Amino acid sequence: MRKCSLDKLQSVFAAVNEKMPIYLPANGSDGKAVYTKWAEGVELSDSLNTVRSPKDFFFPQTENMMEFKTEGKTIEIIDVRDEKEDFVIFGVRACDVKSFEILDRVFLTDPVDSFYASRREHGIIVAMACTKPSETCFCQTFGIDATEPMGDVSAWKTDKEIFFKANTEKGEAFMKAIEALTEDADTKEVEAQKEATKKILKKLPLAELDTKAFGGGKTSEFFNHPAWAELSESCLGCGTCTFVCPTCQCYDIKDFNTGKGVIRFRCWDSCMYSDFTRMAHGNNRNSQKERFRQRFMHKLVYYPENNEGIFGCVGCGRCLSKCPISMNIVKVMKKIGGETK
Amino acid sequence: MQKITKNQLLDKAAELLDNGTVTAVLGWQKGEFDYDVTPALFENKEELFANFVWNDFCGANFSKYLIKHTRKVEGKILVFLKPCDTYSFNQLLTEHRFDREKVYAVGIPCEGMADIDKVKAIVGDGISSIDCGEKIKVTTIYADAAVEIDGKDVLEGRCESCKSKKHVAYDELLGEEGDVLDSNRFDEVARLEAMTPDERFAFWQNELSRCIRCNACRDVCPACTCEKCVFGNPKSGVENKSPANSFEEKMFHIIRAFHVAGRCTDCGECSRVCPQNIPLHLLNRKFIKDMNECYGEYQAGAEVGSRAPLVNYTTEDLEPGEVFDRRDTDA
Repeated sequence: MRKCSLDKLQSVFAAVNEKMPIYLPANGSDGKAVYTKWAEGVELSDSLNTVRSPKDFFFPQTENMMEFKTEGKTIEIIDVRDEKEDFVIFGVRACDVKSFEILDRVFLTDPVDSFYASRREHGIIVAMACTKPSETCFCQTFGIDATEPMGDVSAWKTDKEIFFKANTEKGEAFMKAIEALTEDADTKEVEAQKEATKKILKKLPLAELDTKAFGGGKTSEFFNHPAWAELSESCLGCGTCTFVCPTCQCYDIKDFNTGKGVIRFRCWDSCMYSDFTRMAHGNNRNSQKERFRQRFMHKLVYYPENNEGIFGCVGCGRCLSKCPISMNIVKVMKKIGGETK
Repeated sequence: MQKITKNQLLDKAAELLDNGTVTAVLGWQKGEFDYDVTPALFENKEELFANFVWNDFCGANFSKYLIKHTRKVEGKILVFLKPCDTYSFNQLLTEHRFDREKVYAVGIPCEGMADIDKVKAIVGDGISSIDCGEKIKVTTIYADAAVEIDGKDVLEGRCESCKSKKHVAYDELLGEEGDVLDSNRFDEVARLEAMTPDERFAFWQNELSRCIRCNACRDVCPACTCEKCVFGNPKSGVENKSPANSFEEKMFHIIRAFHVAGRCTDCGECSRVCPQNIPLHLLNRKFIKDMNECYGEYQAGAEVGSRAPLVNYTTEDLEPGEVFDRRDTDA
């Protein structure tokens, strides 16, 4: 383990930035943390987390895949890919680090999504342990340890210092880049911080929420549950929950006619939208109840069914704080999985 | 902060359910943390008494829900309307969006609603309980003692410039009626107008660059009630699921502001629900201010059946050239 004092943090960013761009949560003009490319003066935010998840780095909201140009009877296909640069994402929380694993299982299994794979290969994740979780946090429900975030490098920030530990080869490369600014450290302070945070985690209002009721093989048990109607009744059908979610992975591929050619792009889609997975025969989910159900069944039943029991939620709490009507996965789990509170 | 109590609302709802006036109640349902309130349709007293809530976090405007629920529910629906909600209610009636006969509207006074982000800015994160009395009493897992906050210090942005405490529609009113207020709501617009065009462009560019195109602003908006929005219709040619570039970002919001101009009551739901804190209401408010200045004071939803200036030609209307000339003086 290595450490440096917090007043050297800007030098750490500068040293990394010599080699590759580094992105970190910094407060935007609205005071909320947003991943920002470091440049001199960009400070690490004190916020618990960003409104948008870091999934954008690997799976951006919109991405041009290729362009076509036609002239007479010839068609030219233009490669527009640009995901070939190494970069660092600094300060990723344990929940969001786990979300990358969930996305990996979708995008990196055959057929591999080469756009995602390439970005993933070039990205170095420096994860940051939590010390002040929010009432909306429930990563524990999914077995995530907020005090021991994984990633290529794990980091712990105390009042005066920041500690780093490499977990992977890519992480070692990051450590090398900042070697001159850091010194060897023992684990005493980090262990003390972990213990303190663990006590807080136990006090969180959602600490007892569990996934026992859910998992693969439960489709027939929950699909026709009468509570879906009530739970989805006030859903506006907006895409907020899906777009702030670190694990939502659905996308649409479309062609945009520029007048001179065609740009083929993909963009995030939302199961909350009425034309989601619309096919030639029409739509297979015609009511908001069905669309709402899809989102939660996907995370709590279908995903674990296909992924050795791993759930498609990491408990980051973004949907809890951002849904315009405050309907969310916790309420769904408690209602249809049986009240545990 | 609120002067009317949850029990007063519950008693009224129970009375109207019991005597058969209504068959369902559109109200606020409690959540996990006292502030995460969800709109809900209560169809019996048991549900109502178990889950109904009324506190300083009941910001949701129910008027738009009436379109859906009046089509579905047999009999009348009791809806609780805060003063600003009643303007949306009237505007929807003007647009023939629901059957008035199927609604029993109970007007309730509102002292302004609290913004949880502002509460957290004072007490910090990790809220374990919020007790909304005269003061807002908040406990967190990080502090031993509760913190008492004056509601006026944590008002939602829209409530800081509340335009009216008067209900413009109801069948029955609980508590005392208020007045239309002399609000400062156009001050922010005037500040934008005072900017140079470049500054103003930069302001909106920065704000709208945060848009994730979740459509929450549109979907919550009581003026946005098209059965199928052009921006969500694959056949329209302008459908788009994401802000592909900065032009697209702005286009969606500007077109939407134009579409609701004259019909927007300035209820402020768009800015309340925006997950990215974009002050979207300022676009609409600019239109309202311009219409007031060009065509005389007009408040959408103040009464049922009024014609907005933009759809009501009179011979006194400004000539297009005069509107154009304003550009150089104050817009």
